[in-house]
Amino acid sequence: MSEIILEAQHISKSFHDPVTIKVLNDISFTINKGEFVSITGKSGCGKSTLLYILSTMDTDYEGDLLIDKQSMKNKKEADLARLRNEKIGFVFQFHYLLNEFSVLQNVMLPGLKLNKYSEQEVEHRAMEHLKTLDIQKLYSKKANQLSGGEKQRVAIARALINDPYIIMGDEPTGNLDKKNSEIVFEIFKQLCDEHNQTLMIVTHDQSFSKKTNRIIEMEDGKIISQ
Amino acid sequence: MNYKLIISIARSLLLARWKQTLVAAIGVTFSITMFITLLSFMTGLNDLLDGLILNRSPHVRLYNEIKPNKIQPINFSKDYINYHNFIHSIKSTNSREEIYNNGSIMEALKNDNRVLGFAPKLTAQVFFNEGSININGLINGVDIIAESELFFFNDYLISGKELDLKNVSNSIVLGKGLAEKLLANVGDVIQITTSQGEIFPLKVVGLFQSGLQEIDKLQSYASIGTTQKILGKSKNHITDIQIKLKDITQAPAIAKEYAQLFQTDAEDIQTASSQFETGSSVRTIISYSVGITLLVVAGFGIYNILNMMIYEKMDSIAILKATGFSGKDVNMIFLVIALSIGFFGGFGGLFFGFILSSVIDQIPFNTAALPTITTYPINYNPVFYIIGSFFSLVTTYLAGWFPARKASKVDPVIIIRGK
Ligand SMILES: Nc1ncnc2c1ncn2[C@@H]1O[C@H](COP(=O)(O)OP(=O)(O)OP(=O)(O)O)[C@@H](O)[C@H]1O
Ligand SMILES: [Mg+2]
Repeated sequence: MSEIILEAQHISKSFHDPVTIKVLNDISFTINKGEFVSITGKSGCGKSTLLYILSTMDTDYEGDLLIDKQSMKNKKEADLARLRNEKIGFVFQFHYLLNEFSVLQNVMLPGLKLNKYSEQEVEHRAMEHLKTLDIQKLYSKKANQLSGGEKQRVAIARALINDPYIIMGDEPTGNLDKKNSEIVFEIFKQLCDEHNQTLMIVTHDQSFSKKTNRIIEMEDGKIISQ
Repeated sequence: MNYKLIISIARSLLLARWKQTLVAAIGVTFSITMFITLLSFMTGLNDLLDGLILNRSPHVRLYNEIKPNKIQPINFSKDYINYHNFIHSIKSTNSREEIYNNGSIMEALKNDNRVLGFAPKLTAQVFFNEGSININGLINGVDIIAESELFFFNDYLISGKELDLKNVSNSIVLGKGLAEKLLANVGDVIQITTSQGEIFPLKVVGLFQSGLQEIDKLQSYASIGTTQKILGKSKNHITDIQIKLKDITQAPAIAKEYAQLFQTDAEDIQTASSQFETGSSVRTIISYSVGITLLVVAGFGIYNILNMMIYEKMDSIAILKATGFSGKDVNMIFLVIALSIGFFGGFGGLFFGFILSSVIDQIPFNTAALPTITTYPINYNPVFYIIGSFFSLVTTYLAGWFPARKASKVDPVIIIRGK
């Protein structure tokens, strides 16, 4: 149970526009397999900035990031893209589906990109995920025909398609009503409990973070409790 | 890289914006259509005009220029051998128009396998008698079989049979303009006066129209034997040997070689009709530049549409990158979009270009100068189609290159934060 999935080592980041502001200051922590972690803190304290770094999309920082015991420093863009594809699942506040594609295709795309399973298998797995999230009826709809809550569940299905090491979310319930927020939380909880899925979710929502295994609280670019 | 996936994503992005895509593709189609049509038509026209002169010109012509002897008597004198001699008023004596030893020259040509064929010729300056008026004219004494084979004499014969020139003794084929002046028609007998003052009756067995009025008003054809009789010359009097080569580009080299070998003057076609070549190449350059200009304009259209598409698809690009597509994948997706616009637009252009040139090919085009031509000339050279498709792909590739690069450099963090 104490296998380390992700480790942040003294991560700092500054923006230089227009004046230099240190947004993250010496952030260090580890996340173990199967943990359901929430990151909270006041608006503007650097939560999103930290998440973009941990997700490997932002490479402009000091310190080091280890995912699955591998350092992310000095990796090429294409290698990082492949790592994201294989090991990290994303859920954002705004649902970010591809409107040109159907629900099923949206879920399948990262799986097809990984190219580990055949197209039929990826499709089958995608349908299974849609079923667990209770949206299998919507599979042929275009992404922009769904409600907010439905979109968020599709995004979760997409995050799951490659069996990621960790699922990261930036306010995944921030744009949903209470009922839908609860549904999404229950899904995360279930993934954690039943599939030992590691989750790291940035949130404002006190009622959400209280229910998670572990809360990392930030203030002014520093961790004040974890 | 998973090309199947890349192509299917590109296809979905394209179809989601099919109206814009169609406009871009129509731009390419239009320019390739014009490119193909223009080149086919211009080249058809070039070929026609080439045919007018080049088909009828020998690749190498052997003849003797009348000119003063290079070695003057003073050069034989031992006393003045080391002097620089100035001689004035030299006359061209002792030099004859006739090609010496033409029998053995023709024998040598027959055995030269670079030579496609040759036609001997001699010309006679005569007066055609029309009542009391004498019309200045020229009789070409030709071997009619060789002439037809090598210089397409048949194409210009508008009445009569060319073989009659050989079979009917003392026969002549008149230029159309000349026949009109003489009020002569096939079957009539006309009279000529030779430069020696002899009067000679000739039977008209045909009329020709070359397309060049100057020639039609002045020239006529007779057999070699008849012309020799008119000139009062012997059976082996020949003034020109017209040679056609298998490879026209060798003409200048071979002309030089023959001039040495046969001790005659030799003129190659490139020298004889250089101004003509210039006209052809200028027309070709114009067609290519118009075609390529059209393509460049279409290229800018594609560039604009792809740029717009990238602004619209920023979110999609960010998502693709966040879920594991690399910059290179995104770059490929947009290049595939550009190239498929080029491919389908270009393919349509080839098709419509072919249709349009076939339509032009059907439009009647009758001109007195060109008796064998009935419709506008079109050259269906497959090379134009190859160049057209090549250019459409290259242009769209270049037009897609910058937008694709831009797309590949999109930073997903900025897009996602910007929401
Ligand atoms: N591109 C940028 N240039 C300059 N400053 C930036 C940039 N992006 C973010 N910041 C600043 O960095 C700080 C942290 O931003 P961040 O988005 O990480 O906050 P957050 O904790 O996610 O806030 P919220 O809870 O409102 O989402 C903010 O003060 C913000 O103004
Ligand atoms: Mg934030």
